[in-house]
Amino acid sequence: MIRVQSEDFDIGAEISRMTATNTEIGGLASFVGLVRDYAGDEKISSMTLEHYPGMTEKQLARLEAEARERWDLQDVLIIHRYGTLNPGDRIVLVVTASAHREASLESCQFLIDWLKTKAPFWKLEDRESGAKWVESREEDSVAADKWVRVTDA
Amino acid sequence: MQVLYFGWVKSRIGIGKEELSPPPEVTDVASLIDWLKGRGDGYANAFADSAALRVAVNQEIAPLDAAIADGDEVAVFPPMTGG
Repeated sequence: MIRVQSEDFDIGAEISRMTATNTEIGGLASFVGLVRDYAGDEKISSMTLEHYPGMTEKQLARLEAEARERWDLQDVLIIHRYGTLNPGDRIVLVVTASAHREASLESCQFLIDWLKTKAPFWKLEDRESGAKWVESREEDSVAADKWVRVTDA
Repeated sequence: MQVLYFGWVKSRIGIGKEELSPPPEVTDVASLIDWLKGRGDGYANAFADSAALRVAVNQEIAPLDAAIADGDEVAVFPPMTGG
């Protein structure tokens, strides 16, 4: 399941909901992305996430489908927030559930790596020196590329 | 044709969305961008480095040489920074 929302989410409630109805789940992995209060040596007072409504939902659904195709998963949840967030606020939640640990751990990493470069979000940091758009990082492209299969290239 | 901008492309142009009727010589995204550059300094600034731009046509990631036609939804933006 995917959700794109401005509201916060409750990690415990989301995991409880997932496991309450599916007792074939033997383990799950989760990743929570948060707003940091710094970039380099500068303080950040807030971050505004902009996204491309319509395309965002399509891309996230595609990522979920890709994860389900590559791993034997019982459930997948991706929640991505948009709007203005403060340091410490949750931005994104990825939960993957499977019968055994490898599938959930690996697919969780895969999803967050691909979200970085394939989910149409852009982040505007409110810094001491003014507003600045977050630039894509080479490390994120490298992390995303390591999941590209030879047959996809 | 609906054209959308995000991230610093939107900041530099000053708007996030516009309805455009490009001339017939605009047949792909690259020629649309070239045509848009002539609309003002904001556009010229936003589109100065085409290597820094990413594009979607009808909400699907597309290359700069992707063909476009009337009725398409074209979006131009910096590399995505999700997560």
